[in-house]
Amino acid sequence: MLTAILALTALAVAFGLLLGFAAVRFKVESDPILDKIDAILPQTQCGQCSYPGCRPYAEAIANGEADINRCPPGGETVILALADLLGVDPKPLDDEVGEEKPKTVAVIDEQVCIGCTLCIQACPVDAILGAAKQMHTVIESECTGCDLCLEPCPVDCIDMVVVQADPTTWKWPFPEETSGSEKSS
Amino acid sequence: MSENTRKLWHFPGGLHLDEHKALSTSQPISEAGIPSQLVIPLQQHIGAPAKPLVAIGDRVLKGQLLAQPEGYVSAPIHASSSGTVVAIEEREVPHPSGLAAPCIVIDTDGDDQWCALTPHPDYKQLDPSELRNIIRDAGIVGLGGAGFPSFIKLNPGGRTAVETLILNGAECEPYISCDDMLMRERPAEVIKGARIMRHALQARHCLIGIEDNKPEAINAMRVALAEISEKQIEVVVVPTRYPTGGEKQLIKILTGKEVPSQGLPLDIGVVCHNVATAAAIYRAVEQGEPLISRIVTITGQGAAAPQNIEVRIGTPIAQLLEQAGGTQGRYQLLMGGPMMGFELANEQLPTIKTTNCLLLASDSDLPKPAPAMPCIRCGECARVCPAQLLPQQLYWHSRAKEFDKVQDYRLFDCIECGCCAYVCPSSLPLVQFYRYAKTEIWAQERDRQAADRARERHEFRGLRKEREKAEKAAKHKARAQAVKKDGDADAKKAAIQAAMERAKAKRDSSDTAPKNTDNLTTEQQQKIAEIDARRTAASSDTPPSGQEEN
Repeated sequence: MLTAILALTALAVAFGLLLGFAAVRFKVESDPILDKIDAILPQTQCGQCSYPGCRPYAEAIANGEADINRCPPGGETVILALADLLGVDPKPLDDEVGEEKPKTVAVIDEQVCIGCTLCIQACPVDAILGAAKQMHTVIESECTGCDLCLEPCPVDCIDMVVVQADPTTWKWPFPEETSGSEKSS
Repeated sequence: MSENTRKLWHFPGGLHLDEHKALSTSQPISEAGIPSQLVIPLQQHIGAPAKPLVAIGDRVLKGQLLAQPEGYVSAPIHASSSGTVVAIEEREVPHPSGLAAPCIVIDTDGDDQWCALTPHPDYKQLDPSELRNIIRDAGIVGLGGAGFPSFIKLNPGGRTAVETLILNGAECEPYISCDDMLMRERPAEVIKGARIMRHALQARHCLIGIEDNKPEAINAMRVALAEISEKQIEVVVVPTRYPTGGEKQLIKILTGKEVPSQGLPLDIGVVCHNVATAAAIYRAVEQGEPLISRIVTITGQGAAAPQNIEVRIGTPIAQLLEQAGGTQGRYQLLMGGPMMGFELANEQLPTIKTTNCLLLASDSDLPKPAPAMPCIRCGECARVCPAQLLPQQLYWHSRAKEFDKVQDYRLFDCIECGCCAYVCPSSLPLVQFYRYAKTEIWAQERDRQAADRARERHEFRGLRKEREKAEKAAKHKARAQAVKKDGDADAKKAAIQAAMERAKAKRDSSDTAPKNTDNLTTEQQQKIAEIDARRTAASSDTPPSGQEEN
């Protein structure tokens, strides 16, 4: 009887120490599921999901507070990837947050820009270059097309332009199986 | 003729196809004339587009550098004839997308005047890296297929030497005969090019693989080899089977080695180049000529006089077809062969470095595919796949847009040879599905990289804002503390004193004499005198405290 109790106690202590050690030694800094969700999101930081950026939205998804269909820039691809990751059924994009649009970039009409820096402050990825009373310009390769610079501009000199494919970024269309013939665009 | 002493291996799968090569091999290679206008795309190959060095209105000479490479995987482009640059703008280019890309447009003057060339008659005096630079500067890209810059494939990398250099003269795709005709008519150029490449790679030996349906080419090459008695170069006759001309397939046949999945031939000590690339390298090194022309096969029932023709890069296809005897009947214009080529939207497109064949395919050349039917899982596609893939699985997963799974089935080992679609009894457009999946995966990868960059920038912006806030707070705090500390009157007084001293020094040093003091009324002068008196009185109240810093 006593041996059994002692043995079990000893085991409990040993495992307790082991687990305690493991908890400290292999501590995960941040929630791995959070990082995985964040990695799927398109990082436009546009806030269309009603959260202030992609990471907060990822946190909300991880905590079960937000649905997976609130990211218009990510569209179907992101919804499918999130559904796959979280093991839930994919659903269509929430109408409330807007619709999936082709990728755009901001273009500043440099003739009209007054150099107020408001768009620079609004840009979530520091993709606008300029200084007070100097002309501003958008670093096209870094622009995520989030539209956040449109609203603060006092002279409406920013346009969102749809990114056109060039031969290097062009994608083959999904084949039409019914006709079976090669279509060239 | 086709006797071989060398042991050959086999690659899995493959097909015997009707060759249709005799159509275009009855005439010798002809020379295309100078077109009135040349349209030279800045990107004609895998890699980054070249950067233009000329401006509109510049007169350029034949062979002159028009644009320099940007980045490592890039090739320069040269003027194919002399003339005047009339535009640098987006023009439609021969690409499956039919999209426009930047091009340099030259109105030719008909003189065809060469710029100064620097030939290197003795390649042996050059070390391999000098050779690679010459080949790079000549804008030479692989002329067999995708147009990968050749100098990169002539760099043994970490190795000091490679075992085998393979020259690909298989030309397995039906209809195409440009390499065949090149080897028949200019075997010496190919072999001299092979010697240069062997030197650049320090390759132990060189094998030239030619399919046994080209006896004239094999003979010509063997005769030319015997003439220069080169022991380390050997012509190897390989059986005719599509796609023997695939790089990995030819390597397997000639060496028995398999290129690892996602690996390079260099990983197994082999480098493979096209025979036309070898000839271009010979011209670049020993004659100093950059790559400004290539041999193009014009063939198919739609061509009135099928033939091979040496064409200046940038010649509009319509002009080329006209020179090559014109067209007949209804046809579909393809760049490349019937298996791997793609349809061109119009005939105003220019010929580029990778235009090996223009197939004017009539309905009998390229019958309209039957309507696609559901897959019956017969497995024929897997039997003929030369890369030993499972085309059916690739099809299902591509169709379902399951891009992870399609990569698990090694989509990127697919060479898009089209064997699977050729044998498919349901005539499914299998290759289109693979191309669709590949470009989607590349696009997703690009998006992912852009997202990573955006995340990084967003996070950095957050950090920066926090830092700025902290700095501001620290400044406020320091100021507040300074004010508080100055509660002890001495320091405060001293500060005020110092400021006043500074102001005074400034006033004294700068000659800021009051203006408009010439014609003052006595009343005004009196007032001024009073104020001055007050001022002196005030300043003498506080005794000056030493030297201040300003």
